[in-house]
Amino acid sequence: MEAHILTIIYLLASVTFITGLKMLSNPATARNGNLIAAAGMGLAIFGTIFLYVGSDGKPLGNYEWIFGGLLIGAVVGTLAAKKVKMTAMPEMVSLFNGMGGACAALISIVEFDHLWHAEGGDPVFMDRMKLLIILLGLIIGSVSFSGSMIAWGKLNGKVKDFAFRGQQSLNNIALLRVAGLATWMVVGLPGDMYWYFHVLLLLALLYGVSFVMPIGGADMPVVISLLNSFTGVAAACGGFLYDNQVMLTGGILVGAAGTLLTILMCKAMNRSLINVLIGSFGGGAAAGAAQSASGGTYKEINVSDAAMVMAYANKVMIVPGYGLAVAQAQHVCHELEKTLEARGVEVKYAIHPVAGRMPGHMNVLLAESDVSYDKLLEMEQANDEFKTTDVVLVLGANDVVNPAAKTDPASPIYGMPILEVEEAKMVIVNKRSMKPGYAGIENQLFFQPRTSMLFGDAKKALQDLLAEVKSI
Amino acid sequence: MSQLLEWISAHQQMVFIVILMIFVGIEVIGRVPGVLHTPLMSGANAIHGVVIIGAIIVMGQAASDNIPALVLGFLAVVLGTLNVVGGFVVTDRMLEMFRKKK
Repeated sequence: MEAHILTIIYLLASVTFITGLKMLSNPATARNGNLIAAAGMGLAIFGTIFLYVGSDGKPLGNYEWIFGGLLIGAVVGTLAAKKVKMTAMPEMVSLFNGMGGACAALISIVEFDHLWHAEGGDPVFMDRMKLLIILLGLIIGSVSFSGSMIAWGKLNGKVKDFAFRGQQSLNNIALLRVAGLATWMVVGLPGDMYWYFHVLLLLALLYGVSFVMPIGGADMPVVISLLNSFTGVAAACGGFLYDNQVMLTGGILVGAAGTLLTILMCKAMNRSLINVLIGSFGGGAAAGAAQSASGGTYKEINVSDAAMVMAYANKVMIVPGYGLAVAQAQHVCHELEKTLEARGVEVKYAIHPVAGRMPGHMNVLLAESDVSYDKLLEMEQANDEFKTTDVVLVLGANDVVNPAAKTDPASPIYGMPILEVEEAKMVIVNKRSMKPGYAGIENQLFFQPRTSMLFGDAKKALQDLLAEVKSI
Repeated sequence: MSQLLEWISAHQQMVFIVILMIFVGIEVIGRVPGVLHTPLMSGANAIHGVVIIGAIIVMGQAASDNIPALVLGFLAVVLGTLNVVGGFVVTDRMLEMFRKKK
């Protein structure tokens, strides 16, 4: 009887995952979608604890350990998720993803141990398919874990980009080693497999590090999304291991959706996934910056002049970037927008698909400060409107407005669709200094005659602008 | 090879689930607007936390004298819960800001 109830619970949970994901792709239903999926997850978790019966016919034990672990994880997870700043959310997603990967790897480690001892330390009669699934879960989970940790470190600046000549071929060799060793273990069932299993674990962890290491920080969203789908597949391995449908549906669903999301993100940058992964964006950046270091002369504008032109413009377009996010300036930005609107200036926001650190990151930030949705223009709409725009205010964005993406085939970002701000009558760029942006490339936009630079921290600059506009 | 075929027949149902889920996953996400990419990634991240079920099974089946299995299983439960709870809460926080303004 219990087993039947559990089957129904798993069925329900699978349906909530699918419905949840579907509802997550519509702004009106997204929040409920997340809650529905969470409810399904809770149901599946408690159903498993109380109703699961193993292949040996015994129910689960060790309740104190299970509930202890659930309690610790729930408290720490809730606190971490509640306390994290909006700007640090991408890092948080990466961190949680790494936890999932580690969980999958740990399951594989324990299950390998069971399998090993069940055979009395002689693997000759080992179930090859079961071994294969355990190894897959181990490899994918470990790569996802160590890769996510590096991505997390890169996003919060603790880990610097690191690449050297030949790293890519070294990585490929490492991947071949991992795959080769796993294949050999499954096919050959070597007697000293126990030892090789741990070598494999170590190699997979190292591969995760060396896989993410050379990829530039600007491409981290793509990497996180990819690792996200990896963890999904690792979870699905657990589904095969325990003949557990809900793990399988959840895992494969995320694996497939995550892969598609990764491709969508790459498309937004007009690059292929391969290009992102082996392009070594961050590594080649230093050379790119050096090559065009002598950009020419630029104009500076002071706050009162900037406030003046904006207050008397008909239409102002704000291009928010990561600089706005780090300065936590979204609220002041909204203030400025309201003040300008009160003076009859039309104010809109132009959002590049990869502005900030993750696709949609800027929308989340601006939504936090109550900016209305119809003011946020996607790239295509914005590009149509720049021609009729009087002043574009670029707030800490750089690569997404770099005309080199259209004009300079040698540029690492060549081909990426950009916001064509240079079409507007005037461009004011707020930046802290003339230092190149995240991709490390010089931006010709700053040296164009219509562009003026407004140096300073985004929040400070916006506060000053706001005060000036109010006093006009 | 025959082992592989045998396994596929034995797990026919699961193989079907895998294939159908791949299509469902692609279909469900295909029409998502760019503004929701980050929350969606975060929500998907929470859903693959379903790996916690495996951790619970490992933990629940560990013999009480098998200390390494208990410790590793416990760690897996903690990490899996972090993934699930943290993932859903962070997604909810992101989406809280998306609700309709009065």
